[in-house]
Amino acid sequence: MLKIMMRRARKCAVVAAAGLMMMSAQAAEPIKIGSFLSITGPASFLGDPELKTLEMYVEKINEEGGVLGRPLELIHYDDVGNASSARNFASRLIRSDRVDIIVGGSTTGATMAAVPLIEQAQVPFISLAGAVVITTPVKKWVFKTPQSDRMAAERILTDMKDRGVSKIGLISGTGGFGSSGRTQTLEVAEQMGMEVVADVTYSGSDTDMTAQLTNIRNTKGVEAVLNFGFGQGPAIVTRNYAQLGMELPFYQSHGVASDSFLELAGSSAEGLRLPASPLLVPDSLPDNDPQKEVVQNYKAEYEARWDSKVSTFGAYAYDGLMLAVRAIEEAGSTDPEAVREALENIKGYVGVTGEFNMSPDDHNGLDADSFRMLEVQNGEWNLIN
Amino acid sequence: MLAEFLQYLFTGITIGATYALIALGFTLIYNASHVINFAQGEFLMIGGMATVSLTAMGVPMAVAVVLAVILAGVLGIALQRLAIAPAKQADVVTLIIITIGASIFIRGIAQLVWGKQYHVMQNFSTSEPIQVFGAVLNSQSLWVLGVGAVMVVALVLFFTKTLIGKAILATSMNKDAARLVGIRTQMVLMLAFMVSALLGSVAGIVVAPITFTSYDIGIILGLKGFVAAAIGGLGSGVGAVVGGLALGIVEAMTAGYISSDYKDAVAFSMILLVLFFMPRGLFGAKIVERV
Amino acid sequence: MLNRFMQSRLRGLMVLALILIIIPAFLSNPFHYELATQIAIIGATVVGLNLLVGFAGQISLGHAGFFGLGAYFTGIATGTYGWPSVPALLVGAIVVGIIAWVVGRPILRLKGHYLSMATLAVGFIIAIILNNERAITGGPDGMPVPAFEVFGWELSSFGTYSLFGLEISGVQAWYMFASGVLLLAVWFALNLIESPIGRALRSVHGSEVAASVVGVDTAKYKSLVFVISAIYASLMGGLYAHFQGFITPAVASFEFSILFITMVVLGGMGSTFGVILGAVVLKLLPQVLADFQELETVMFGLILMLTMIFMPKGLLPTLTAAVSKRLRKKTGGKA
Repeated sequence: MLKIMMRRARKCAVVAAAGLMMMSAQAAEPIKIGSFLSITGPASFLGDPELKTLEMYVEKINEEGGVLGRPLELIHYDDVGNASSARNFASRLIRSDRVDIIVGGSTTGATMAAVPLIEQAQVPFISLAGAVVITTPVKKWVFKTPQSDRMAAERILTDMKDRGVSKIGLISGTGGFGSSGRTQTLEVAEQMGMEVVADVTYSGSDTDMTAQLTNIRNTKGVEAVLNFGFGQGPAIVTRNYAQLGMELPFYQSHGVASDSFLELAGSSAEGLRLPASPLLVPDSLPDNDPQKEVVQNYKAEYEARWDSKVSTFGAYAYDGLMLAVRAIEEAGSTDPEAVREALENIKGYVGVTGEFNMSPDDHNGLDADSFRMLEVQNGEWNLIN
Repeated sequence: MLAEFLQYLFTGITIGATYALIALGFTLIYNASHVINFAQGEFLMIGGMATVSLTAMGVPMAVAVVLAVILAGVLGIALQRLAIAPAKQADVVTLIIITIGASIFIRGIAQLVWGKQYHVMQNFSTSEPIQVFGAVLNSQSLWVLGVGAVMVVALVLFFTKTLIGKAILATSMNKDAARLVGIRTQMVLMLAFMVSALLGSVAGIVVAPITFTSYDIGIILGLKGFVAAAIGGLGSGVGAVVGGLALGIVEAMTAGYISSDYKDAVAFSMILLVLFFMPRGLFGAKIVERV
Repeated sequence: MLNRFMQSRLRGLMVLALILIIIPAFLSNPFHYELATQIAIIGATVVGLNLLVGFAGQISLGHAGFFGLGAYFTGIATGTYGWPSVPALLVGAIVVGIIAWVVGRPILRLKGHYLSMATLAVGFIIAIILNNERAITGGPDGMPVPAFEVFGWELSSFGTYSLFGLEISGVQAWYMFASGVLLLAVWFALNLIESPIGRALRSVHGSEVAASVVGVDTAKYKSLVFVISAIYASLMGGLYAHFQGFITPAVASFEFSILFITMVVLGGMGSTFGVILGAVVLKLLPQVLADFQELETVMFGLILMLTMIFMPKGLLPTLTAAVSKRLRKKTGGKA
């Protein structure tokens, strides 16, 4: 307890000193940006790049003079991928640290556990998690930056349809991401008149998915296979798929859209397709693409600062932070209601993930076109349309 | 049909062999001290991660494997010397909590040293799979099975032919009597931890090309190993091997034929079934309670 | 003899009540109240678990399964089917009690730590079902739970209430409610320990053979205490769900079970007040360590290990022993 108090005192002192240096005339109270992320634990591949992105851009914004002449202060906690601790840390951010806005929630479970509290406390919240339930139905104080899993399912199934596929084999993880993706895929398939003929799952503790894939292979009529999941699971699925010599068109979700997936899956990933934000193929974007510059800059800055590859997930945090900053600037204050309204009315913000056009009925603001279809060719991501 | 069945069998046996090696580690320590060593999975992780990071530094594979196994062995000894031995008067349950603390600690250190990413380890031999009656067998599976068999044979020889092995066996049967005939029980306990660390790390290394490896792989595989040991009747070597293989095969068959959603539930129901109907486990030791 | 027991029992309860009354003086914001409320609920759960560990000498590695089942039963009954809270809690507890009886009765006839393996399996199976049955439980993304409600009166952590003309916030009201529940849980546990059942149980822990020789049906008593501890978990799980307002299958997870048993052992097996201290320490530690970021896991593991190595009897028993030793030294000097 004492230690916390001392740390807090130190933190205050540092902030105070920074404030004094920056502007001596008016005392600039920092704008507090709160974040709870899965920095360690099974979803750390989300939380880790997200935190790095937030830290680096908060620093950068402060060097450039802050927002509304006030410095930003980032307060972040690690929820270890556990929904209960996510909720507790959200509460700590709101009730103890009294933050002005929250940008965080790496997983859907963590986000949804915090939502009832955030709605009650009336603090603007930008989630970095994917499932469609986060913003559908619209919740007054909740926004999100990643495309929803429903859009991913639509994008993938449309691409399958273009290739003449109507019968799908589905393999999904039993975790939050895979499970929600599975539900969306089943719904979208029905709407598009496609049929999911095989539907199998694997749990987070599985280390070999050959049995499930054999089941799909032996199901009559399967024309393409889709794997919805994240973490190391899809990489194992991809390798087992190649070992079994399966040659049907193979799709992954945006949950594996990072270079580390390619490293894990190796040559087995050849030919597979997935929907992703353009971050993985910044140089193949046409010059007139409005996202090209944003994407290239983010990639260059992140890789220079952290000496590791960028991932789509860090980009969610980038967009979340930039949307927050823009909303605060437009609101002219950190008044929660004003910031929330500004967020809701952001139009034409070009981010790394896509172009955001928020509205009172759409707290995500992206459309399915923001996903690019990529194919792995010669061990690299390639834009196919 | 045969091809399908064989495919499930191959998958099940491969992963089951890994479970068996981990279960053996649990059994060894349990027999020597009645402690369920929740840090068993971390030995596995140390084996895989140390090998990967050493080869990445340019150390030849064979040398890296040996060094990783030695590292795990040292860790096993350290765990017993520094964490278990000092808590002399502690209850068994307290010792179990100490191993939980140790596993969290080791995992935390591994995360600091090696980071949070998953890592790839290349197959020991060819990466081309082998075709058998229409089913596909990963060449690494043969390594897992072969190494597993060698370890089991080595263990049997160790316990029946060497003095140290016999001393461990004697201690697990009757601690006081063993002490009377001059066996240093602390020493025996230390050996048990070392041997099960060696077993765990070897399992972690041979299975890494199939499962990938990361700082937290021990949580997943360690628990499955414990389940296997429980099915086999904690405390029996044969039980551990059979329990491991049974668990692997049941998992694969359930995933293939019945329901992939509930395959883990089926595995856990096996524990209940065994306890209800074969209370000593499949090969559980006969327990004589001393008054 | 009986008088002395009554006295010490009452004294302990009164000290606990006093502490619970004083604590708000140190709580400076609603978040602190929230933590304190959670600690009280979790504390009551481990008081129940302690009955099993401390007095029947058995470990449960699946108590979070019972806790989670109670939480989900309450969440589904009140949320989906509109039941009032109290019947939901009670029926959930009965269901959990029956499951515990069915599992415990055959297994507790065996000697040895088989119950730990059986509870491990039961806990996992419950967690897997909660995770998979998306249509009923919301799956891995969890489900919202309505506020606690009796006869149309709602206790929400977001509401405001008046107490003797004093306006108090929802979290404060919840803190008081949870404190009351904790006192009740402790009172019941202490009474059980001193009851004939409790004496039979302690004889079981002392020497099972001796107990059965003098005609105590040890398996029956052990099953009974297992069922009671499971019911504790179920009821507290239900309250926890109401308080949190949102639950995920993580409440039934193995990690959570391990956390429960760790609270018992760290606080002091068999010491009703000790295990509450264990809950306090293990709930606060992550909040305190949150500032260490990358080092958090390492420090948590290290603290747990060192405490158990140097205080194998647990925090409270070790501390009271140290205090009374010092006291004895002082009085000894006088005499």
